[in-house]
Amino acid sequence: MWRYLIGRVLQTMLSMLVVISIVFFLTRLSGNPIHLLLDVNASERDQQILMHHLGLDKPLPVQYGLYVRNIFLGDFGNSVLTRRPVTEHIWERLPATVELGLVAMLLSVLIGVPLGVYSAVHRGGTLDGAARVFAVLGQSMPTFWLGLMLILLFGVVLRLLPAGGRGGIEHLILPAFTLGYFTSAAILRLTRSAMLEVLGSDYIKFARLKGLHEQVVLWKHGLKNALLPVVTFAVMLFVQFLGGAVVTETVFAWPGLGRLILESITTRDYPIVQAGVLVLSALYLTGNLFVDMLYSYLNPRIRHARA
Amino acid sequence: MRARSRELPWFAGAILAALVFAALLAPYLGLPSPTEGDITQRLIPPVWTERGDREHPLGTDRFGRDVLSRVVHGSRISLVVSLVAIGVAGTLGTALGLISGYRGGLTDAVLMRLTDVGLSLPTILIAVVLVAVSEPSFRNVILVIALLLWPRFARQVRGETLAIKEQDFVALAIVAGRSSAWIIRRHIFPNVVPTLLVISTLQVGYVILLEGTLSFLGVGVPPPNPAWGLMIADGRGFLATAWWISFFPGLAMLSTVLAVNLMGDWLRDHLDPKLRQVGGRAVEPDEPAPEPVGDGVRRAGARGAAAGADGG
Repeated sequence: MWRYLIGRVLQTMLSMLVVISIVFFLTRLSGNPIHLLLDVNASERDQQILMHHLGLDKPLPVQYGLYVRNIFLGDFGNSVLTRRPVTEHIWERLPATVELGLVAMLLSVLIGVPLGVYSAVHRGGTLDGAARVFAVLGQSMPTFWLGLMLILLFGVVLRLLPAGGRGGIEHLILPAFTLGYFTSAAILRLTRSAMLEVLGSDYIKFARLKGLHEQVVLWKHGLKNALLPVVTFAVMLFVQFLGGAVVTETVFAWPGLGRLILESITTRDYPIVQAGVLVLSALYLTGNLFVDMLYSYLNPRIRHARA
Repeated sequence: MRARSRELPWFAGAILAALVFAALLAPYLGLPSPTEGDITQRLIPPVWTERGDREHPLGTDRFGRDVLSRVVHGSRISLVVSLVAIGVAGTLGTALGLISGYRGGLTDAVLMRLTDVGLSLPTILIAVVLVAVSEPSFRNVILVIALLLWPRFARQVRGETLAIKEQDFVALAIVAGRSSAWIIRRHIFPNVVPTLLVISTLQVGYVILLEGTLSFLGVGVPPPNPAWGLMIADGRGFLATAWWISFFPGLAMLSTVLAVNLMGDWLRDHLDPKLRQVGGRAVEPDEPAPEPVGDGVRRAGARGAAAGADGG
């Protein structure tokens, strides 16, 4: 058990280091940043001064060391465009991303779990078939297109919901559903197969033999035991929403971290791109670590299978 | 339902056949140019609407380019990108998986840690940054996707190799004094091929969505190429006035990915029943494992823990 956990922690740290290195070397490969900072007519001397000021005249390994150190000190430098500290920009945008991720997760569970239970109980019925189509479509749907089509339908044609931006609950519905559709489909399938497995088990047969009411058997004995993989999966999804909200945020003009990164790529504001990617990756990796620990704690089979 | 999943998915097969047909024959179908439009013919709606024009069955975009022609030519891009990216990733991943599984020891430990790292990265995020910094181009899109894809192959092939290595015919070959390279090539690799075929098919849909996402975000295939993702992005500003610009390429992408995924599920059930029990959870016989194949975005590096295929 401990061996597995320690291995998992080390692996997460290694992954983070790889992300840091990718980001560092990419930004160095993409050309000398002072050309972005300075006017094209800047003199040789000005360039030298700035290079020295930014530490770009030092050998690459030293630069890398300083870079890693600054990251651990929480210093990501200043935005090239606004001159404000990058951390301020990040903090401004993070809440919107988290909000959207949480609502999308909630929505996926609210759609996926009841439909999954129903499909398992009424296996082979009409709704099971419909749920199956819903799930299969969810796996093949291009998110950004789904988002646009929802805007077209609910925003343009029916004029029921706003097409973008952040505001009240009505602004959340379309982006949350777009972000959560694939995952509600996945949760549905997971709940269905977990329920089928549980319902076929001996203790459910025993509960029925005892003469318990069918609803009690289903919801108390059945769902409670089927829920474990679903819950861990839901937490994992939230983590992934953080890593992957770039597209949905772009489609719905949602002022989150993903969109900030994309905007900064367009304006070549690399300090923000670097910091944004690092923050999202760190959240993503630690989140996944947390999920794996939770999962192995709750389910000894996994723990031993992986050791 | 069980019987149905054993049958070849004809519907999916037909869509795929049409796609390959369109991709191969696109230049010979007598369609207008996909990249050069007639600016006087801009924003014409599809033929069945009031102002439709028979010259442009699915309408035209803001530059007067024929939407049907662009959708058809776009299939070439999706097909080429996914085939090449999967080819590169598959070759690299298979080679590393074979070596890792056969050698064992330190080689295996190092390669598998590398694979773990590769599988743990938030895919879409890394892809966006990689392509954006390295200038969007066909080659870079393919390379980046391949770079993010190889660990999936390596992991699975290594597992297979471990099992095959224990077979008698491998032991006999070792006794007969055959070299490791010979054994891997003649005994192990041929036995991995069915699995390889299944993983590759299951990845096609994912790669098409990933390429589409990158192109949509403007960090993928560069314009004026008729990539589906680019076309959808193009129509964003015209949702209220010219919905067809975004609608049809998206529909093409959805049906292609759907068809490939159905085909992949079917192949998996037929060629490789082992792959159905992934993630340590027994799966209903007629229920494909909750596969994380799908949307490039939410899928952003979706790993196996609860979702499936990657966590062997």
